[in-house]
Formats: sequence, C-alpha cells, structure tokens
Amino acid sequence: MVPLSYYLLLSGFLFACGVVGFLIKRNIITIFMSIELMLNGVNLSFVAFAAHWHALAGQVFVFFVMVVAAAEAAVGLAIIISVYRTRETLNVDQVNLLKL
Amino acid sequence: MGGAVNLLAQRHPINSALSLIAVMAALAGEYLLLGAEFLAAVQVIVYAGAIMVLFVFVIMLLNAGEEEETKGSRIAILIGVPGMLIASVLMAWVVLWRSGTEAVAIGALPGAPADIAQLLFHDFLLPFEVTSVLILIAIMGAVVLASKPDSQSGRVE
Repeated sequence: MVPLSYYLLLSGFLFACGVVGFLIKRNIITIFMSIELMLNGVNLSFVAFAAHWHALAGQVFVFFVMVVAAAEAAVGLAIIISVYRTRETLNVDQVNLLKL
Repeated sequence: MGGAVNLLAQRHPINSALSLIAVMAALAGEYLLLGAEFLAAVQVIVYAGAIMVLFVFVIMLLNAGEEEETKGSRIAILIGVPGMLIASVLMAWVVLWRSGTEAVAIGALPGAPADIAQLLFHDFLLPFEVTSVLILIAIMGAVVLASKPDSQSGRVE
C-alpha cells in the first residue's frame, strides 16, 4: 500500500503543473486545460485523504467538484467561442478589452 | 506525471488535450488503487469522456494552430523559479516528515457505490439539488453565450 504522502506529493505536482501552465501559456484553450489539471490535483488529494481517514465524505466532495468542473467547462468554452467570434484570435495577449 | 509535463511542453493545443486525457486516465487508476471505484468510473466518464470531448471539439471548431512565442517578463523568471523551487522543496519536506507509513489493507477501504449513494442522497441532499440548479444555469448560459449574435435578438419576422 502506498503511503499517503506520495499521493499528496503527486497531487501537489499536478497542481503546480497547472499553475505553471496557467501562467506561461498564451493559448486560451491550453490555459483552460491547466485549470482542469489543477482541479484534478485537488481531487486526488481529496480521495487520498478519504481513503486515509476512512471518511466517505471526501469522495462525495470530489463528486461535487467534478460537477462544478463540468459546468465551468461548458460555460468557459462557450465564452471562448464567443470571444473567438468577435476577436478572431485565441491569444490572450490580444484579448485585452472587455467591450466589443 | 509524464502526461502533465507533456501538457506544458507541447505547443499545439490538440497535443496538450491528448496528454490531459492521459493524465485523467492515470488518475482514474489511482482512484481504483485508493478503493474509490465509483469515482474512478465517474472520472473516466465525465472528465476523460465528456469534458475532453468538449475541449477537442472546440479546438477543432476554432482551428487552433501553433501557439506563438511571447517573451515573458524577466522578473517573473528571476523571482518565480527560485521561489517555486524553495516552496516545493519545503512542501515535500513537510509532507514526508509528517507522514506515517502505516499500511492500510486493500479490502478495508470505503468506496462502494451503495455507501456513496447513501451519503449523497441523505446527508448531502441539499448540495446535490443546488448543483443540479447550477448545472441548469450553466447549460442556459452556455447556450446563450455560444449562440450567434443575430439569433440573440429573438425576433421572428
């Protein structure tokens, strides 16, 4: 059985990868995928703690996080499509105005 | 882990999306190891299935090409890289130092779908209903946002 700390280290690594991708990427879709990577890292630590403490509530929390991530992905991708229609670009450096 | 690094290394968005699918499949395997069979199934269905199909669909719809290089700010590299190294070493040290290595038997882990359903539909009933409303609002928002500007006026002549 793998100890809890390894799961936490992997979770932290995934979260750090998400943060780095969020900061250095310039494509808005890739930035969005980095956010999903961060959510997955947090989910892994939730499940690891749930297994460690024998508490099932952690898994229910992961379920809720997944639901919220699905909603966020739907709305975010709709926003990306809308932005692309008006700006004709996916580069976040060129999307610097909120108004049309 | 390799998939996560690959997500950063690839410059084409579709390659990043494929490596993200690899990460999610690996995470589903980790959930199985941790005894959460229900969550592993949900991870494969919702994340690797639905969300990634949305991503790939949008990437192909918008015809996303190579990402162009921008030079980052120098101060971010000067401060950020040593800061991140120090923070990660500190975190790893604290986690490894505080952790016990007691083993847990494989069969003793919770995570049967019936137990999760009991918890989800009795103790967490109100959050469950609230998330269903949230999903509904998200669907409506996505439809409004993604529709063409011409159809938003809603006039039928």
